[in-house]
Amino acid sequence: MTSLPESSSGKKLGLVIDLDTCVGCQACAVSCKEWNTTGHTAPLTDQNPYGAEATGVWLNRIHSYEVSPGTHGSGGMTVNFPRSCLHCEEPECVTVCPTGASYKRAEDGIVLVNPDTCIGCKLCSWACPYGAREYDEDDGVMKKCTLCVDRIYNENLEPEDRQPACVRACPTGARHFGDLGDPESAVSTLVRERGGFDLMPGLGYRPVNKYLPPRERRVGADTELAALKPADTGPGAAGDRVFRWLDRALSR
Amino acid sequence: MHPAYSVLLFTTLSGAGYGLMILLCLFGVAGVISSDPVMGLLGFGFSFGLVTFGLMSSAFHLGHPERAWRAVTQWRSSWLSREGVLALITYVPAGLFAIGWITMGDTSGVWALFGVAAAVGAVLTVYCTGMIYQSLRTISQWHNDWVTPIYLLLAIATGALWFNALVLAFGEGRSLFTWLCVSVLSLGMVAKFGYWHSIDTGKALRTPGHATGLARLGTVRQWETAHTQANYVQREMGFQIARKHAHKLRVYALLAGFIVPLFLCLSVVAMEEGRAAAILAFLAAAVSMLGMLIERWLFFAEAQHVVTLYYGAESA
Repeated sequence: MTSLPESSSGKKLGLVIDLDTCVGCQACAVSCKEWNTTGHTAPLTDQNPYGAEATGVWLNRIHSYEVSPGTHGSGGMTVNFPRSCLHCEEPECVTVCPTGASYKRAEDGIVLVNPDTCIGCKLCSWACPYGAREYDEDDGVMKKCTLCVDRIYNENLEPEDRQPACVRACPTGARHFGDLGDPESAVSTLVRERGGFDLMPGLGYRPVNKYLPPRERRVGADTELAALKPADTGPGAAGDRVFRWLDRALSR
Repeated sequence: MHPAYSVLLFTTLSGAGYGLMILLCLFGVAGVISSDPVMGLLGFGFSFGLVTFGLMSSAFHLGHPERAWRAVTQWRSSWLSREGVLALITYVPAGLFAIGWITMGDTSGVWALFGVAAAVGAVLTVYCTGMIYQSLRTISQWHNDWVTPIYLLLAIATGALWFNALVLAFGEGRSLFTWLCVSVLSLGMVAKFGYWHSIDTGKALRTPGHATGLARLGTVRQWETAHTQANYVQREMGFQIARKHAHKLRVYALLAGFIVPLFLCLSVVAMEEGRAAAILAFLAAAVSMLGMLIERWLFFAEAQHVVTLYYGAESA
């Protein structure tokens, strides 16, 4: 049923992504691909994987943006930006689905696609503002992040492995998994303390996943940088003055 | 947005087919045209042909056409599902009305009820088609109040042009029908101008700063692409071939879709009824179909999906 569940458990499983500590290493993306090509969404196919125009389905994409000028007026800042399904509370990708293949689980809020009933009409991907859904050309159905539903409840795994593959793989601890419906959970606390935000809240999809903003850069960092510049002005040793005169002469 | 041929064909052909169905049913029920069985056969045959070809072409573009029947199940939430349900339901009264007309020459009594039901079903089906696009908040050029009225007007306009050609061919032309074509075409053109004005001067678009939530830190732009080759999201939502020709295509759409057919219709009004008038009316219908294809292609090419903001678009 593609209508949204009328009553939910209050549980909202999701991710909190720290844009301050993400280094853009792509480990989460690779780990996601590795796990999900054999899991619930298997296979995540590639077309022409070893050719010049390799393309294929990935459920997690890591972008890099430049923000300029920086908040301290000193050039810009690079922000690595992982992007995957936000498991929205108002997922229009689910309500537009004509077949009921897309659904939001009442028990934990995870948004899934049933690969056995998806007709591959692609309308859900048009309805998603976050580009979370990728069509599998070989399978003829839509694929998306499952929040590793086949790991997080999997009692065959060690307890520390019962979290999404991307979270487990992150070497800098930039990805956090938990219940964002519980105000006392570690992820909710993190969002509160760090000013976590929603992507494009104005669209009204009410994403569950949150992003933590880059921290303020260290005050005085610019002054320290200036100290490292070559001293080409002001008084200096006699030798320096000769070099400076030579520099000016050669510049003419 | 990527304009799939199947979707362009579906919306233009089935639009014209439903438009023709609406006019055949309404004028047939009202007794304004005779219930000539050959005219009924040709008219409904063409209408059903257009609608069915459109539906089939959109079904075959699916990843799994054999599962298409599942698309009628989610009418509670999905405009696409509602469109499918209404399209199928409309076949029943339309088919019955056509049978009464063609086999018995009867368009009154209970047959008239079928005719009215078919016309209502056809209007609602096209309305759902428009709402599939208009309901998407991700594309500001589609999430626009002009979209669904335009789908309806253009369906009725192209249907009216085919209807006019048909009745003229059977010697049942009336200036009323040609003037109907002129009015609906003019309304459609005005609506199209309204739509273009609205998307050109509409509310401020979003930027990568909005998409990433980093706007308060400064101006955000793509520094490095997320992957080396284009992915599905870029191919489907980031498709923008023809966007740079939008102005030219608008002119072509206007000429072929509205101005030439209007001119041809006015010539028909000025003429004695006869073979020449029927040929001009047929030409008007054919040229307008070409114009509608251009208009529909442009509708996709001008649509900027917000997800492109993650991929280097400066606004969407």
